[in-house]
Amino acid sequence: MLEIKNLQVKLEEEDKQILKGVDLKVGAGEVHAIMGPNGSGKSTLSYVLSGRDGYEVTGGEATLDGEDLLDLEPEERAALGLFLAFQYPVEIPGVGNMTFLRTAVNAQRKAKGEDEMSAADFLKFIRERAKALKIDADMLKRPVNVGFSGGEKKRNEILQMAVLEPKMCILDETDSGLDVDAMKLVAEGVNALRTEGRGFLVITHYQRLLDHIKPDVVHIMSNGKIVKTGGPELALEVENNGYAEFLDTEEA
Amino acid sequence: MALPKVKQTATEERLAAMSLPEAPGWTGPARDAAVARVGAMGLPGRRDEYWKFTRPDTLVQAEAPRAATFEGGDEAPTFDGIDRLKVVFVDGVFDEAASDDLALEGLKIERLAEAQKSDLHWARDVYGRLEERGQSPVDRPLAALNTAFATDGILIHVSGKVTKPVHFVYHHKSETSDAMLHHCVKLEEGAELTVLESGPAAARFNNVMEVEVADTARFAHIRTQGRDHERRAATHIFTRLGTESTFKSFTMTANGVMTRNECVIELTGDDAVAHVAGAALGDGDFHHDDTVFITHDAVNCESRQVFKKVLRNGATGVFQGKILVKAGAQKTDGYQISQSLLLDGDSQFLAKPELEIYADDVACSHGSTSGAIDETALFYLRSRGVPTQQATDLLTLAFLAEAVDEIDDEALREEIVDRLRGWLERRRG
Ligand SMILES: Nc1ncnc2c1ncn2[C@@H]1O[C@H](COP(=O)(O)OP(=O)(O)O)[C@@H](O)[C@H]1O
Ligand SMILES: [Mg+2]
Repeated sequence: MLEIKNLQVKLEEEDKQILKGVDLKVGAGEVHAIMGPNGSGKSTLSYVLSGRDGYEVTGGEATLDGEDLLDLEPEERAALGLFLAFQYPVEIPGVGNMTFLRTAVNAQRKAKGEDEMSAADFLKFIRERAKALKIDADMLKRPVNVGFSGGEKKRNEILQMAVLEPKMCILDETDSGLDVDAMKLVAEGVNALRTEGRGFLVITHYQRLLDHIKPDVVHIMSNGKIVKTGGPELALEVENNGYAEFLDTEEA
Repeated sequence: MALPKVKQTATEERLAAMSLPEAPGWTGPARDAAVARVGAMGLPGRRDEYWKFTRPDTLVQAEAPRAATFEGGDEAPTFDGIDRLKVVFVDGVFDEAASDDLALEGLKIERLAEAQKSDLHWARDVYGRLEERGQSPVDRPLAALNTAFATDGILIHVSGKVTKPVHFVYHHKSETSDAMLHHCVKLEEGAELTVLESGPAAARFNNVMEVEVADTARFAHIRTQGRDHERRAATHIFTRLGTESTFKSFTMTANGVMTRNECVIELTGDDAVAHVAGAALGDGDFHHDDTVFITHDAVNCESRQVFKKVLRNGATGVFQGKILVKAGAQKTDGYQISQSLLLDGDSQFLAKPELEIYADDVACSHGSTSGAIDETALFYLRSRGVPTQQATDLLTLAFLAEAVDEIDDEALREEIVDRLRGWLERRRG
């Protein structure tokens, strides 16, 4: 599904190499976790995959089901089924959450040549998905993420994922800033979407989210590279011993 | 003080080219006094401080500059879906056939051109009176010129709570028309009325509306100024508010090489509320000026000014807004925001927000900003599959929302949002 080969990325404005050759392959139905210390390049990887400005790809490639992602506009990547749950969800004053969600769903339906959903149908659809994430009517009415608590913002990301039904989901530190109950809700939301056809890349700093979302493969990222890949036991190792043993010597 | 020579000459020339009505009836004294005011003040000149950001030449010169008329295509006319009483003017001339009967329960409505045939009229206490009060501390000569020479207008005396809006429908059909209309609205205690205005009235339009709002009365005003790009307009609203009364005015402007909208509000009764808002969109040689002056002269009054402008391809937006809180106007709550969204680097927004406060127990805030589309929000939307252009439009409407939300009536608000969205989707025109 998602295939990343020797991806190298620098900042557009500065001469700073951030990703130094990342290789990663997430198959359909698989959940991969990326762990790593702060500043190792995890968010950069997620942004570059979703097409954010400010980065320059200096080498390598990234494809989704064989399609070259890096040449596409962010909206085209979304239409192909790529989704990023942001580490820092963006506040949009003046745009109601419901309007935002309906605009996104209808834009993607349109891109696929499907009919737009009527307001009434959409309302029914969204209420059902929102209920599972304990997102109330008030949160749907308010402007996107404005005045939301940390937990509400993250649940709102998962709601977007649930209604857009992407095939490749990247979650960037969706667990940060969540209490245990909120994390369970988020994990349940993610687990409910786990299907044979869907891939997940779960970026996290801590192991605890992985107690709830069981990964098939765990990667450790350090200094812009994947330095180790293993099974779920790798996450436990990090939990017990920290990252020190995985770090590049130049860093440690 | 003697006027500068250039200004005096320009003023004399313009006055000489104008003619007063033959039988002005009760408006006679007001018109004569206004002619004298114009002569004393002189018409606006480019050196005037109050016209620092907007060149008055084309509004002042004797002939209206030619302005092509505009075909809107097969869109529904503005406010077509609203049950209202229509009063139609074509190039400033009343169109009886296209207008509804001038009759509505709870109010008395007449044309100025008809009403001035008598010697006595209720509007004598309003016509030119509020305009004259509004001449201090800043001169507004174009408004005085209007009081002197207005050819027609609508006079509305409201005694009840009128639910059906009165709609002034303007059409611009002649490329050289120069229209001057003067409207007066007087709301008695507890009365309520909404006035709608739509369309470009002429190649050049000078419009004055005076609104006297008695205690506990409520007045709402929603206006669209028409998409004829070449037309020019100088409009003035003068209002005086009694105790616990409410005045709310919203204007949408799309296109126009020259628009100057002045609004002069005097809060004279305690606990009165005045809101004035505008959403303007334009590109290229679009020039749009909102000039507001609010005087708080009573206790515990609230005023809000919310002005938003979307500027593209070298367009210019101007905002001059002042809150004057007189001594004794304690517990004043004054809010003023003026913002522009610059969709490219060529456009400019010139703002002069002012506060002048002589009372000590007041809460006044003002802010003015100019900025581009929020790139982070744009990326967020695009990452959800929303194409760039659609995402930009959505964020632009979000930028305008605070102004549009000043419209209380839901149907009217939705119509305005639809028209704003339509303008953005067409990219222009
Ligand atoms: N837009 C940017 N401007 C400047 N530095 C950046 C930018 N994006 C990322 N970086 C730098 O790149 C490195 C990796 O950051 P990031 O991808 O956020 O790491 P992580 O998500 O693993 O904490 C850090 O040193 C960070 O400061
Ligand atoms: Mg990060």
